[in-house]
Amino acid sequence: MVDLSSDLGFLRLKNPVIAASGTFGYGLEFQPLYDLSQLGGLVVKGLYFKPREGNPPPRLAETPCGLINSIGLQGIGVEAFCQEVLPKLALLETAIIANVCGEEEEEYARVAEYLSRHQGLAALELNISCPNVRAGGKCPAQDPEATYRTVKRVKQVSPLPLITKLSPNVTDITAVALAAEEAGSEAVSLVNTFLALAIDLESRKPKLGNVLGGLSGPAIKPLALRMVFEVARQVKIPVIGLGGIFSYQDALEFMVAGASAVEVGTANFVNPLACPEIIKGLEDWAESHGLNRLSEIVGSLKV
Amino acid sequence: MFQDKKARITETQSWGSYFLLRISAPQIAREARPGQFLMIRVSSGFNPLLRRPLSIHNCAGPEIEIFFQVTGEGTRLLSQKIAGEKVDILGPCGHGFSLKPEFKGQEIFCVGGGRGLAPLYFVARELQTVGATPVIFYGGQTLSDLALKNRLEATGWEINFSTDDGSYGFRGLITQLVEEQLKKRKPAFLFGCGPEAMMARLAEICQLSSLPAEFSLESIMGCGLGACWGCVRKIKKGGEIKYLRICQDGPVFPAEEILWSGD
Repeated sequence: MVDLSSDLGFLRLKNPVIAASGTFGYGLEFQPLYDLSQLGGLVVKGLYFKPREGNPPPRLAETPCGLINSIGLQGIGVEAFCQEVLPKLALLETAIIANVCGEEEEEYARVAEYLSRHQGLAALELNISCPNVRAGGKCPAQDPEATYRTVKRVKQVSPLPLITKLSPNVTDITAVALAAEEAGSEAVSLVNTFLALAIDLESRKPKLGNVLGGLSGPAIKPLALRMVFEVARQVKIPVIGLGGIFSYQDALEFMVAGASAVEVGTANFVNPLACPEIIKGLEDWAESHGLNRLSEIVGSLKV
Repeated sequence: MFQDKKARITETQSWGSYFLLRISAPQIAREARPGQFLMIRVSSGFNPLLRRPLSIHNCAGPEIEIFFQVTGEGTRLLSQKIAGEKVDILGPCGHGFSLKPEFKGQEIFCVGGGRGLAPLYFVARELQTVGATPVIFYGGQTLSDLALKNRLEATGWEINFSTDDGSYGFRGLITQLVEEQLKKRKPAFLFGCGPEAMMARLAEICQLSSLPAEFSLESIMGCGLGACWGCVRKIKKGGEIKYLRICQDGPVFPAEEILWSGD
């Protein structure tokens, strides 16, 4: 029996596969299809303090091997989440991670503080990297100083471990990762979506109601993998890798590049059973390669 | 809700750009209700990436049928599937039409434009089993859009056809035909599916005649499970207007809750 567990220091996952925020609803949506306790963890949809309307449709545009979305973090807010959803998620034997959003620093702090007062969360993921909520796709994760300030502020009010989710829409992602680490983030997850545009040629209009959106899916995997590799070499805190992971081989590549765990996002749409199938694939692969612990391969890239 | 990765196509039929596939998927067929839909993976690779939402056209024992028109790359790939091939299907998804016990002994109008007839065949069959009388209205631009003409005519239901060019049935819009009929008869309900303009006009007609109605809406979808919030549309609910998910809160909505593009 291979040990699949992933020890992030602040949190031990039974396996390294986490369902990614924004692609997994509040978790319960996938419950009719499989037992969510199989997952290493799940990150719920981004939460603002109040319910949020989101962006005008159309919100999705397909591109070759990719998907551009401009959902804009429509959601139920922390109160409804803690009352109606969290008690159900807390019954699952998996790490429940809440994705924390904010219009500005203070809202991030309020959301984190509110969530920390409730039972059932294993960690917070700080969403400073959504490209769909500020003009021109701007986000705090594009600036090391803003990243530092936001992480620091949230750490002041919340005792929960913090995973800072980074944006790929930067010149040097390692600078932002280091800022998050310095401010006390226990881990970083990367990457969020790539700022993108899709055009309807006949109408010469953008395909998305919000003009720009974020690209995800297999199309971004090599870019995400490169960034995970770069960041993992620079920071001491654990790195959670994501971006176009559709198979156990993809997950293994991210781990070899330095990711201690991975998040699976868009794949959940294409194959709702993607997460449990990847977990099974990792186990079989580790067994066939004679590993005792899957975590042996983390950062094992030969360069 | 099931994901059947190896649902076998047992039969295919086509009429120009319209296609009907019969697929063996016993678990999904057992649960399926009229107005619900399937998320079908059209490619084994990643291009196109997303599944395609398709209305359930009919259920017969362990088999389900889908009826669709080729409108893009996804439906084109689906149309090329042949009997014996396996497809990956997720379903039944969403909330379907309301079939009420008080429909018994009443006429129910089922109004479809072109491929919009897809969910109405299933609902008409179910109406019959609860003792209601389905009255079908089937409109298209021209005769070739009435792909299901022969199939419908074989059912014994009352079918009212219309074509824009008069090549079959009433010459004009299906909405005109419905309006005419409403002067003479009192159906208990109307189910509709078709182009946006057709449904918007039907909603208007229904409101004027105080005829309760439900419409099945269409959208690009990410997950079909209510998880991604990609398929939303503005819906009036409880005095509020908000973005609801076509996939999970719908795809069928009461007429009075839908905001049409002209509203």
